[in-house]
Amino acid sequence: MSANSLSYNEQGGAESAVEVGLESTPTSSGAGAGAGADLREMLESTKESLKLEAMKRIVGLIARGKNASELFPAVVKNVASKNIELKKLVYVYLVRYAEEQQDLALLSISTFQRALKDPNQLIRASALRVLSSIRVPIIVPIMMLAIKEAATDLSPYVRKTAAHAIQKLYSLDADQKEQLIEVIEKLLKDKSTLVAGSVVMAFEEVCPDRIDLIHKNYRKLCNLLVDVEEWGQVVIISMLTRYARTQFISPWKEDGIFDENSEQAFYESDEEKLGTPQSKPYIMDPDHRLLLRNTKPLLQSRNTAVVMSVAQLYWHLAPKQEVGVITKSLVRLLRSHREVQYIVLQNIATMSIQQKGIFEPFMKSFYVRSTDPTHIKTLKLEILTNLANEANISTILREFQTYVKSQDKAFAAATIQAIGRCATNITDVTDTCLNGLVLLLSNRDETVVAESVVVIKKLLQTQPTQHSEIIKHMAKLFDNITVPMARASILWLIGEYCERVPKIAPDVLRKMAKTFTVEEDIVKLQTVNLAAKLYLTNSKQTKLLTQYILNLGKYDQSYDIRDRTRFIRQLIVPNEKSGALSKYARRILLASKPAPMLESTFKDRDRFQLGTLSHTINSKATGYLELSDWPTAAPDSSVRNVEVMEPVKEWVPSMGKTKPLKSDDKFYSDSGEEEGAGEEGTGSSSEDSSSSSSSSSSNEGKLYGLNSKHSEETDSSQSDKSSGHSDKKKADKKKRLQLKKKAKKAAPKERYQMHRPPTHHPLTQELWNLRTFTPKMAYTHTGKKKNRKQMVALFLCVQVSSPVFVPMSSHELLHRMTGKGLAAQYHFPRQPCIYGNKMVSVQLTLTNSSDHTLEDISIGEKTSSGQNIHRFSSIERLEPGASVTVSMGIDFNDSTQAANFQLCTKEDQFSVSIQPVVGELFLPVTMTEQDFRKEQGKLQGMNETSATITMAPENTSNQALSKKMVSVANMGVVPTGEDSLYRFAAKSVSSGDLVLVSVDLTDSSSGRLTINTEKTVIGSMLLRDLKTALAQP
Amino acid sequence: MIHSLFLINSSSDIFLEKHWKSVISRSVCDYFFEVQEKAGEAENVPPVIHAGHHYLINIYREKIFFVSVIQSEVPPLFVIEFLHHVAETFQDYFGECSESAIKDNVVIVYELLEEMLDNGFPLATESNILKELIKPPNILRSVVNSITGSCNVGETLPTGQLSTIPWRRAGVKYTNNEAYFDVVEEIDAILDKTGSVVFAEIQGVIDACVNLTGMPDLTLSFMNPRLLDDVSFHPCVRFKRWESERVLSFIPPDGNFRLLSYHVSAQNLVAIPIYVKQNISFFETGSSGRLDITVGPKQTMGKTVEAVFVTINMPKVVLSANLTATQGNYTYNPVTKTLVWDIGKLSQQKLPNLKGSLTLQCGAPKPEESPSLNIDLKIQQLAISGLKVNRLDMYGEKYKPFKGVKYVSKAGKFQVRT
Repeated sequence: MSANSLSYNEQGGAESAVEVGLESTPTSSGAGAGAGADLREMLESTKESLKLEAMKRIVGLIARGKNASELFPAVVKNVASKNIELKKLVYVYLVRYAEEQQDLALLSISTFQRALKDPNQLIRASALRVLSSIRVPIIVPIMMLAIKEAATDLSPYVRKTAAHAIQKLYSLDADQKEQLIEVIEKLLKDKSTLVAGSVVMAFEEVCPDRIDLIHKNYRKLCNLLVDVEEWGQVVIISMLTRYARTQFISPWKEDGIFDENSEQAFYESDEEKLGTPQSKPYIMDPDHRLLLRNTKPLLQSRNTAVVMSVAQLYWHLAPKQEVGVITKSLVRLLRSHREVQYIVLQNIATMSIQQKGIFEPFMKSFYVRSTDPTHIKTLKLEILTNLANEANISTILREFQTYVKSQDKAFAAATIQAIGRCATNITDVTDTCLNGLVLLLSNRDETVVAESVVVIKKLLQTQPTQHSEIIKHMAKLFDNITVPMARASILWLIGEYCERVPKIAPDVLRKMAKTFTVEEDIVKLQTVNLAAKLYLTNSKQTKLLTQYILNLGKYDQSYDIRDRTRFIRQLIVPNEKSGALSKYARRILLASKPAPMLESTFKDRDRFQLGTLSHTINSKATGYLELSDWPTAAPDSSVRNVEVMEPVKEWVPSMGKTKPLKSDDKFYSDSGEEEGAGEEGTGSSSEDSSSSSSSSSSNEGKLYGLNSKHSEETDSSQSDKSSGHSDKKKADKKKRLQLKKKAKKAAPKERYQMHRPPTHHPLTQELWNLRTFTPKMAYTHTGKKKNRKQMVALFLCVQVSSPVFVPMSSHELLHRMTGKGLAAQYHFPRQPCIYGNKMVSVQLTLTNSSDHTLEDISIGEKTSSGQNIHRFSSIERLEPGASVTVSMGIDFNDSTQAANFQLCTKEDQFSVSIQPVVGELFLPVTMTEQDFRKEQGKLQGMNETSATITMAPENTSNQALSKKMVSVANMGVVPTGEDSLYRFAAKSVSSGDLVLVSVDLTDSSSGRLTINTEKTVIGSMLLRDLKTALAQP
Repeated sequence: MIHSLFLINSSSDIFLEKHWKSVISRSVCDYFFEVQEKAGEAENVPPVIHAGHHYLINIYREKIFFVSVIQSEVPPLFVIEFLHHVAETFQDYFGECSESAIKDNVVIVYELLEEMLDNGFPLATESNILKELIKPPNILRSVVNSITGSCNVGETLPTGQLSTIPWRRAGVKYTNNEAYFDVVEEIDAILDKTGSVVFAEIQGVIDACVNLTGMPDLTLSFMNPRLLDDVSFHPCVRFKRWESERVLSFIPPDGNFRLLSYHVSAQNLVAIPIYVKQNISFFETGSSGRLDITVGPKQTMGKTVEAVFVTINMPKVVLSANLTATQGNYTYNPVTKTLVWDIGKLSQQKLPNLKGSLTLQCGAPKPEESPSLNIDLKIQQLAISGLKVNRLDMYGEKYKPFKGVKYVSKAGKFQVRT
């Protein structure tokens, strides 16, 4: 057996076999290499349970970091197993070892390719996951193709997986960047909340500099944000932060007071602004506001990472007076786990330097508990120090007094430093602090004393005139202090102010001369220093002493000290050689020194974006993206304008109210429509054709046309390929099958040699062929059939699914002229209504375009038509210019009769009506083709309406047709096996009756549209709508 | 994002490793061991460690270090939050998140980790979805599995993953429809030597256990919602309704979940349910000290204070304690230097007292600081902030559920300085 393993894994084989053996459980008898064979035997048995057991043990080995690579051939055979758990474990194994055994890993590829076509989205997704996770460079083209295909999959889950696969492929082969960006661009347009987070992640990894891809999706991302899953939110928010910094102008005051570290100046400037109106008032871009508004609710998220990312967004983007909203939430996070506290406190520390005002009310939340870990304690201390001001300093100092007594001596030392900082920052308390610190000098603990000395030294430097008493006191203490840093500090102090303590200084020097040889280097240096200074000021008393010390220093072990001694001697002792410098010795050594600034260690942290890894480690991490400065002039904001999808308005003007597009446009950009188009042409040549056309022209059809052409192209190229190779493929397949049969009988060794291709290239070629061949195989393969049966069983119950497509169009409900300033628009979000399952959910956007505040907006009690309406809760206030979106539910009873009701404000009542388009009265359902046929069979005869249709040439492709259909009516797409037959299914909202639509294309431009439903009225109306829609380009 | 994960036990053994991208040698953990050694206690290990070309972000939970390897910029909280989520998922699946539980269920752990991250980015983390993908172990199933060879991996995509309510699975059915809500409040306080309050605030959560059929839409309202100063919600709660009406409107996940966490600010007066009189002193000579602690009920709103514990971390020089308790009993652990006094119920008539002497190490100087006291307590049927649930309504389903609300107040980080 081991010989066998050596044949393909020469280095590792024997050794790993032993390892596997050691790890075997007692039940699998046999020592050494026997167990590996044991597992192999189990894997090759016909019993599923044995195989599963073997795989479980192997996964156990992997988990413990043991090498199980020699079992690769035995494991890889099970990749096509029907047992899902077994299959998943094989996937785990494959992903772990494929990189090491690339040739053998290729054997599994065809299985994944087949699975990529599976009708079950879970299987498709997991196949793509594994395919993209095995890091084998040869399959890059296959991966690329699979990703492209999955990116257009109907299932959002598969599309999400595709977004993940993009990053994997990029890390495997960076040359694919351009193609991957195209896929990213496509996926960015995706409206599913499931996809958004993952694709933005891919964007950040692959092409973070391609900000231009975001423009068109910016508003959509902002609006989706609340519904995206938590992890995606974090990624999107951090990307949008970067985006906003490049696209909007600074909301902060032009005066740039902010680096001044005083929020008072800030408030002053605010007042100033109120008093004297500035020449150019700042107006926030509505998109900038949109981002701030939509992220704010996320401060209430249970996920701390989300809260932190919103906090950093506000910190970096919001006007300074609005940043305050984040503090409560950040303080709340301090209740979370220790690790979370650590990160949050770090960020608060940075913030509190720049804007202490916002955290001051929460000062007590940063009080230290004796049970906190040391690094948390130090951070809290840091923040408390930053927050200290004249008003609260006494409270803080009282608190610090408790900390100084802490058992944790490192923390006590940090507290002393903090006291020192408070003393320098707030001049009122300098004396109090100093006295307190002097008291600490008599503390029993050495670290405390030493730290006090160091801090006192710094403090005295700031006001040296009046503190000779303290210096004397310290000189007295000198004998008892052993910590070198503290001794050095005292020596320095005495030297610096030796003229103030003329009697003590020489005495200290005398003592030092005695102990010089046993002192630490740092103390020796200061002794030399002191000696030099005394020699200059009081040479009568200290000349001999100085010379003695300089002699000792001359023969010291450390060259630093020898150097210093030599330098000092030349400088101060006059001799024949001494140059011009010694004249200035006094001025050199006794120059007045600037007082040290006691600064926070977080002072310069704000160069990093908050909440990032780089901020935490205070150095630039790999892949850190700088936050750019605000642009001085605002870039064109019209690049973010998205052409509103307007299917209803354009195709069925008779149905529903025609909705003026203008109002929407006006909100976003009044002026620059033309400008925008011009920019587009020059600025974004790299954008793909469909997006650039969408902005410059309002022609829907053109957009679809381009899409359809694109897909046609790929279609035809595929079919070409398949027809070209089909003969060869069949032959290939036969050969493979034969090989397999043979292989089963043959000894393992032989088998692998046979399968092993001479070079890589032919094998991949073979795989390519297999790939295109798969559809047929799916039906001939017996195992597949079984699987399909299972599928049918699973899906028999008709499930309401999420809408395939949600039109963005909204319709006017109340014009601002008739509404005396109140304007209302409505829109069908196509979501199941939460208020009642027979209701259609409708979203109203209410805008106050008057100049006064509107109060108590609600729906009046009486409705003239008999529909059941769920009212939105009344809106208390709507400020001028503000708008609010509310949702309501209306039971239309499956008819297109308008729902009439009254929209009331405090003063007025306006009668309004919502007339639904027939397509909005449905909820999409998913079902299999078989179910569809079965249900269709039940709805024959008078329940069936049909018509011959002529199609605009643009609509004939698969995608374009589906898109057109689902935009007209809220239907689900039913997967179909036939080429020219399309099926859609929905159920009516109120009665729950099925509505089945099928389109049978007879040739490229005409076909037959059939609708089966019990609701014949709806059926015929829908037929008419669809017919007109398909005829239009 | 997250490149690899290592689980390390207290004796510095790496007992599980998982890689989501290419394999990283476990020698990267040497950096971690180095820092760990320097930090001394496990709690003092900094969560973010710079290790050459990598960054190690770790959490410490249930005596296990979860060490993740990061290669490039990522919000550290993202990773920390995720690691805690992993630990909670283990807890949820195996009842405890211990080394032995993880080792016993290594296959399920691996399957879970595989589902939770794809290429280092979180994929499925919602417990309801995970449980559909991978069924939690139980004895009955493992017996059945071994006989029939069936597996504990789900075959279909969980419905929640695709719907607009990803936290709830479709087709939930119960014979007894019940919804229970536990309002749990914790008092965080620091009292000073004299017993006056330095700082006090209340942190509360509402934990729910909802076993309801179908797709119920619940509305929970409070008598006094203004009390809540700052809140964070489970994603199911509709934020807009809370903003406008101060009611919690939500379609609940199935099973146990945390609906809401809230904070009652320090600005309001917080009722402190007990008082502590303490006197701990060490003598200058004779290597001994004296301890005298009395605990009594204060503002309890007529309820009994139960499960009272007093924990004291003594200075290192304290060798032993010779005390007498008038109620409950005490233990002193000379290794960790912790004195625990388990009092039990507090009664109004007789105040429990602990009194006696402490023996110090011979010759050592007397400790500078007297240690602070950590208090633990519990009050049933009372939310100390005064928060009250008004009513719970259900829409969307026809049946009548059984509803229940329970209140408990506890001590959170409750410290008395001496």
